[in-house]
Amino acid sequence: MLPELGHFALILALLLAGLQAFFGLAAPALGRDRWLAAVVPATAGQAVMVATAFACLVASFVRFDFSVAYVAQNSNSALPLVYRIAAVWGAHEGSLLLWIVLLACWTVAVAFGVARMPVRFGARVLGVLGLVSFGFLLFTLATSNPFLRLDPAAPDGRDLNPLLQDPGLAMHPPLLYTGYVGFSVAFAFAIAAMLEGRLDQAWARWTRPWTLAAWAFLTLGIALGSWWAYYELGWGGYWFWDPVENASFMPWLVGTALIHSLSVTDKRGLFKSWTLLLAIVAFSLSLLGTFLVRSGVLVSVHSFAADPARGVFILAFLVIMIGGALTLYAWRAPLLKSDAGFEFASRESFLLFNNILLVIAAATVFGGTLAPLISDSLGLGTLSVGPQYFNPTFLLPMLPLIALVAIGVHANWKRGRLQARKRPVVVAGLAGLAVSAALVFGYYAGRPGLALVSFALGAWLVLSSLVDPVDRLRRGLTLPRAIVGMTLAHVALGVFVIAITAVETYTAERDIALARGETAHVGGFDFRFEGIDAIEGPNYDGVHGVVQVLRDGQPVVTLHPEKRRYLVQQSVMTEAAIASQAGRDLFVALGDDLGAGRWSLRIQIRPLVNYVWIAAALMALGGLIAASDRRYRPSRVPAAEPVATGQGSAA
Amino acid sequence: MTPRRRRLVLVLAILAGVAIAGTLALQAFRENVMFFFDPTQVAKGEAPKGERFRLGGMVEKGSVVREPGKLEVQFVVTDFQRSVPVHYAGVLPDLFREGQGVVAHGKLGADGVFTADEVLAKHDENYMPPEVTRSLKSPAQPAGSARPSTPAVAPQG
Repeated sequence: MLPELGHFALILALLLAGLQAFFGLAAPALGRDRWLAAVVPATAGQAVMVATAFACLVASFVRFDFSVAYVAQNSNSALPLVYRIAAVWGAHEGSLLLWIVLLACWTVAVAFGVARMPVRFGARVLGVLGLVSFGFLLFTLATSNPFLRLDPAAPDGRDLNPLLQDPGLAMHPPLLYTGYVGFSVAFAFAIAAMLEGRLDQAWARWTRPWTLAAWAFLTLGIALGSWWAYYELGWGGYWFWDPVENASFMPWLVGTALIHSLSVTDKRGLFKSWTLLLAIVAFSLSLLGTFLVRSGVLVSVHSFAADPARGVFILAFLVIMIGGALTLYAWRAPLLKSDAGFEFASRESFLLFNNILLVIAAATVFGGTLAPLISDSLGLGTLSVGPQYFNPTFLLPMLPLIALVAIGVHANWKRGRLQARKRPVVVAGLAGLAVSAALVFGYYAGRPGLALVSFALGAWLVLSSLVDPVDRLRRGLTLPRAIVGMTLAHVALGVFVIAITAVETYTAERDIALARGETAHVGGFDFRFEGIDAIEGPNYDGVHGVVQVLRDGQPVVTLHPEKRRYLVQQSVMTEAAIASQAGRDLFVALGDDLGAGRWSLRIQIRPLVNYVWIAAALMALGGLIAASDRRYRPSRVPAAEPVATGQGSAA
Repeated sequence: MTPRRRRLVLVLAILAGVAIAGTLALQAFRENVMFFFDPTQVAKGEAPKGERFRLGGMVEKGSVVREPGKLEVQFVVTDFQRSVPVHYAGVLPDLFREGQGVVAHGKLGADGVFTADEVLAKHDENYMPPEVTRSLKSPAQPAGSARPSTPAVAPQG
């Protein structure tokens, strides 16, 4: 009964999304103001129906309803409750439904937000969101219905892919999708502004908190995915330039450009059409990411079974949404003139270069991700593009960007008077260089070169970002949340750069064969293999190795890398054992029984790797803090907005 | 600077930046892209000698040889027409198995042995890299090797 109810709710949601789109877009266009009243009820109805459908699918999983094909394929009677719930988005159909649920959540939040904005503008925003939702609901119902029944019902399920039975992965898709989908809000605001033919600073101020929140969630989602890949895939890397990783990273890069461009549009009324374009591109890349992942055109650990019909549908949807948006842009953007000027060393210039570099970085990732696809379809041979391409081409725009941020945070709006701030910038730069030299020649002792440069840049950014806020605090001024958030994100970026540099330069790794009692020496630590024990879990059995880690003869920690055999799918999974210390991770993965009492082990020592994710989480936190600034809270009297927000930290 | 000149400078700077980035990206691309070859192409001498490439196919049944207790392993990658011996010293992925699809990154030696520095078997038992599927699509494929087709996600709708 429940699956049918869910299916029915999805159909109703489709109809309501259609109404939401129709009334939201047609009412302002045709001047039928009476229709405007229908937009919010349609939105609310759609959200309720989507939530109902989602609840039905969750209930089917929780109650082991193996008569539902999707449940039978992705669950099992031995699967623990928490993973039965996570299994809802463990494969294609359910993750699409998750996409739609999160879109509904954003839409409801936006409906509350736009209640304080001009009513026709708000209707258009909700209308565009309804259109997006309509497309995805149609896609789900037409090609990927999760509620299809199996006849006869399966006696038991085929189990969730063991890789996905992990707390990190349970949370990764919801966070990532919250970010992806969040860019649809910026997109809807952009389309609504173009339909209105009016884009002012108030528009940018309305759009900023939504974009910041979406960006923060996307940051968290990507970081969580990277963390999961690190400890679960058992390869010991944290970023593989895998097409699906790239698919989430491209919207992030463009989204980062967007939040900075929005700040210029907000504060100075400049970059209007550029901001619009970025909003369109950020969402387009989110859609493209969905297309790349869902259609199976790209080879990746993440790709689900390919189904050409799905690919064609998403492609058509992509063409309609992006093509429509760009057409509207070509028609309306030339009308948006901004006549304010700015000097060369002003903050506007720095943010312009920030945008250019971020877009270039996104473009190189885009090229590398799509090149195999293009080469293949043109019959130029099957090629693959890996870190050897991405690392240098990505670094190229990023290193100057870090330097620009370190200087740019001191630039003033409009006026290019950096001279006055020269001292703190230079002092921070010299201090950064000193830190870098201490790390390279002192602590890590070796391999200068690029590491020297990027350690210095990272440290410079951290110190330089702190100068201004510390100065304000010392003068007894309070810090508005926007500045707290910005500072936190920039400091986190500096920490991120330092951490990545340390991992990339000073990782020690070795694959080695060890018998009981033998020791491997890797990066200053001794790893003594002490044999194998049998283990048993709820839905798997297997073995774990016992590895004693010593430093200078003193025991540090005992690691238990596991080799699990999941009983239902009979698949073998490596569970690496990781000991996190303040300055490094000790990583051991158990390989195979090589015979003669020996096992293969993969041993890695990765300095500062934890700070990669900590920094990403802090960046996201900075985004959320900035999004909660008073300035963005819609006031009923917009004219009374004060220019400076001195007392922003209250509530 | 007048607004017009400033705009000109900006536009030129942007163009120069884009041009430099584009050139360097293309350069990096040309040097670092890896091509895929199947054993038949390798046997025909189409694969570059002394350059890294991806070799894909099936791990031939009964071909995995390892001296007990040694990390080094040898196996044969086949597309059921020709085959290439592969050497690898390292931890094999969980899903590496005889009779399963595999992709190896490495270089071909003068002796015709492929020395791999990375071996990939995808994280889905029924998954087969598309290149491998394509190169295996040949009438010569013996019936014994055809596995029952049980797609991970059954086609629906």
